[in-house]
Amino acid sequence: MPDSFLHGGLLVAVIALVTLALRVLPFLVFGGRRKVPDYILYLGRVLPFAIMGMLIVYCLRNVSFGTVSGFLPEAVSVLLVAGLHVRFRNTLLSILGGTLFYMVLVQLVFV
Amino acid sequence: MEKGTQGKSPVLSRGRVIRKAFLKSLPVLAAYEVLGMGFGILMTRNGYGPAWTFLSSLLIYAGSMQFVEADLLVSAASLPAAALMTLMVNARHLFYGISMVGRYRDMGRAKPYLVFGLTDETYSILCRDEDWPGAHKRLYCFFVTLFDQFYWVSGSVLGALLGRVLPFDSKGIEFSMTALFVTVFVEQWLSSPDHRPALTGILASAACLLVFGPSAFLIPAMVLIALLLSLPWLKKRQEERKEDGHA
Repeated sequence: MPDSFLHGGLLVAVIALVTLALRVLPFLVFGGRRKVPDYILYLGRVLPFAIMGMLIVYCLRNVSFGTVSGFLPEAVSVLLVAGLHVRFRNTLLSILGGTLFYMVLVQLVFV
Repeated sequence: MEKGTQGKSPVLSRGRVIRKAFLKSLPVLAAYEVLGMGFGILMTRNGYGPAWTFLSSLLIYAGSMQFVEADLLVSAASLPAAALMTLMVNARHLFYGISMVGRYRDMGRAKPYLVFGLTDETYSILCRDEDWPGAHKRLYCFFVTLFDQFYWVSGSVLGALLGRVLPFDSKGIEFSMTALFVTVFVEQWLSSPDHRPALTGILASAACLLVFGPSAFLIPAMVLIALLLSLPWLKKRQEERKEDGHA
């Protein structure tokens, strides 16, 4: 499918360029010791928290409450990840534990 | 300076500085190899092989966003939607940059790569400039950044190769993205006394998901979040203005 690969290449390029722009911009704008506006500093404090919440909702956007297997594996696994992380504060353990548990659920339990 | 010492940090040789950079980068080694492998397996599963994974990790080099990238690729997202998503997911890099502007001022030829490679994890190592060696600090920052990207690229390509020969079914591996974000969310929740921004993110997104549906909720959610987060700031500024007026 050359068409979809072309589009894929463009997607990678767009993501790479926007990411690069975000990394370069502060050095261009504030490189000359210009003061960072209060509003930008405020957004820098609060935005990361909100975006992480948004990304979780994004990941779970396709769950459906019509059937048990449509939401239960996700719900239980998310709780497990959160519980593991509160208890051990070990990022790798939380991610690996939750993902393996979810894989077992969707492959063996809620087939 | 006596005995070549400067404050607490002794002047190290170039070799010692590179060794120090390697030791400081070790915590990232484990994280990037494992997360990178998860990303590589996911890409292969989505029909994008090792070359795609290699180029993505080399050119984009932003962990969370690359998990989203795997999703955008397989759903053939539009380019503006991908740009906007990248803007929101990676906006935090603006703030890493802002806090490093001063410290990266005299980095010379190393600077372009240091700016490109400022990921969450690299920032978390290099923002502690009390760890920087007295001499060869360019070399130190350069090698921490380089080691970290090497871990990410090698881990993800390894995952992409493994994805083809996995002895088990990888169905469900896509949950690693959800797990990553939940972990970061919990970490942020525990480290901050103010939970309103986090709740704003969840509730505003969930409300938009209900109203606009799974394929169209993201952009309204981003706008709503930006508006809701700006309200307390505007209100505070207004109150400050009022106080100034009375004084």
